[in-house]
Amino acid sequence: MEKGQRIRVLIGKVGLDGHDRGAKVIAQALRDAGMEVIYTGLRQTPEQIVEAAIQEDVQIIGISILSGAHSYLLPRIIELLAREGAQDILVIAGGVIPEDDKIILKEAGVAEIFGTGTSTGDIVNFIKQWSKDYSLS
Amino acid sequence: MNKDKDKERDEIAQQKALWESKHFTEELSKEFQRLYSPDDLKLDYLKDLGFPGEFPFTRGVQPDMYRGRFWTMRQYAGFGTAQETNNRFIYLLKQGQTGLSVAFDLVTQIGYNSDDPLAQGEVGKVGVAIDSLADMEALFKDIPLDQVSTSMTINAPAAILLAMYIVVAEKQGIAPSKLSGTIQNDILKEYMARGTYIFPPVPSMRLITDTFKYCAVHLPNWNTISISGYHIREAGSNAVQEVAFTLADGIAYVQAALDGGLEVDQFAPRLSFFFNAHSNFLEEIAKFRAARRVWAKIMKNRFNAQSPKSLMLRFHTQTAGCTLTAQQPEVNIMRVAFQALSAVLGGTQSLHTNAWDEALALPSQESALLALRTQQTIAYETGVTDTVDPMGGSYCMEKLTEDLEQAVWAYLDKIDELGGAVRAIELGFQQKEIQSSAYRYQMEIESQKRIIVGINKFQMKQEPPQGLLKIDPKVEQEQKQRLATVYRKRDQEKVEISLIRLEKAAKSNENLMPYFLECVREYTTLGEICDVLRKVFGEYRQENTF
Repeated sequence: MEKGQRIRVLIGKVGLDGHDRGAKVIAQALRDAGMEVIYTGLRQTPEQIVEAAIQEDVQIIGISILSGAHSYLLPRIIELLAREGAQDILVIAGGVIPEDDKIILKEAGVAEIFGTGTSTGDIVNFIKQWSKDYSLS
Repeated sequence: MNKDKDKERDEIAQQKALWESKHFTEELSKEFQRLYSPDDLKLDYLKDLGFPGEFPFTRGVQPDMYRGRFWTMRQYAGFGTAQETNNRFIYLLKQGQTGLSVAFDLVTQIGYNSDDPLAQGEVGKVGVAIDSLADMEALFKDIPLDQVSTSMTINAPAAILLAMYIVVAEKQGIAPSKLSGTIQNDILKEYMARGTYIFPPVPSMRLITDTFKYCAVHLPNWNTISISGYHIREAGSNAVQEVAFTLADGIAYVQAALDGGLEVDQFAPRLSFFFNAHSNFLEEIAKFRAARRVWAKIMKNRFNAQSPKSLMLRFHTQTAGCTLTAQQPEVNIMRVAFQALSAVLGGTQSLHTNAWDEALALPSQESALLALRTQQTIAYETGVTDTVDPMGGSYCMEKLTEDLEQAVWAYLDKIDELGGAVRAIELGFQQKEIQSSAYRYQMEIESQKRIIVGINKFQMKQEPPQGLLKIDPKVEQEQKQRLATVYRKRDQEKVEISLIRLEKAAKSNENLMPYFLECVREYTTLGEICDVLRKVFGEYRQENTF
């Protein structure tokens, strides 16, 4: 990423989950923090998420999921990114995800998982820190 | 007499101003006044409050309220397979629950079969998986359907699940006229806030009107719709928006039924509502009272309903899931108790109390039981049920009720100006309002303007709790096998005929209920039925309002 370039983030809802309050609040908070945010809307398949991320040339995908289908859908996104040669896109997630599952998802390649009660400021800081490290490397 | 009253009010207002200046110097900034007193109220008791069971129903829909009988204790439950959920139902009934409430998985709610590629990872997760009548039979095994009332949180395919319920009852030897319960059947809030839509608005409204018409004749004790503010609030709206957007949806459903040729008093008595019990205790009680008053006026003045039953806003309440915290989750027990108490003081007809572990997982059997015990304690121990509308007449409560009512009317006028609820949703009006309230709420938490115990004050490091409910990943495989057995055992020719007949009817103006009944009797699956409807009606695509 070039210095001074704005961070581009795709906020996505994957699967059949209709809870979009968190996704929209995060999207707004990231936008207010100066990032460029693309929100996918509801009911995206992992294929659609990956396609949109590549097309929109984002550095980060943020997935919100409260339906319990994370154990299938999140690793599937990581797998498809790798298949498309886009494994440098960072995947983070938020929602209702039990502790045991968090460990497995992180092993599968999800960079960070933000549970309920997380402040949007923490997410903004995480992304900014990551992009700083990323542009230096 | 009135002159005396005015004089008295003026005098109290003057004295209050003096009292304020004597004790306080800072500016008022909250929505609430520091003190409420008689000068705040311009109430006409008989006109604005009246008596319980009478127009405008501010004080309650029944004359005796909980002195007659308690609200229905109805815990929303469903997970995994139909057999597992059936076990939970029977357990809850044995523990003194008085009604059933079915949670369906998202696959069912969006009208797919469990073997659909889009169902992967979702089967049995947020509710029970229902593919065909066979699952519905297992779900209600050993539960006599004339002895319980059953609420089903199902919207886009509500008519089809109702058809399954009717056929299960038939097989138990119970006539449809003996059935009581509710289908949520509220598609407008799905577009606005909850997301389990399938079809576009026009055919969706037709399906709803079809159920109104069918039930008016065959299921006189069935609530044909539960017009829901609950999910609007969960999506982030405030109390006023919750009531206003819900009642605006109600207006749209009534209008659709009238346009479909029904008389208002034929179907309006079976309309029911569903609200959220959020954290602001006093505001919530006022909200329920204001909602009743506004709806009664709408039905009387706008739709000219004659039957008192058409004017009554009867509602179910659930405590606010979005207020539950994953941090120090035991505190949720207290939140739920206060929220539930506000619903009771607000005059609810039925109640679901959330379990303390719901910010972490679906409730375990133990936490579900504790939630039920919470409302039993309110009912049997607190004494708040001994008199009707105990908050009535409080200066604060009446002023809050009045303010809420006025704010609701303002939104209703705005939605009318936009062309009604359906049009306003298409324009994204409600969605944007909800979105900005949700964002404001979150920012208030982050700036400490709003305190949530354990989140932005009194934080503590804790080990994650043990014993949470986990859905066995084998459920998806098992459910697919059950479905495969259904495919194998049924009469395929009859299934195909039922689908062809349904398709033809869907293209006409006929009521689709009899066709759904025919389909489900032949074990035609939910996914197959919805595929036909998707073909005829098309699918709704959400406007991106962000």
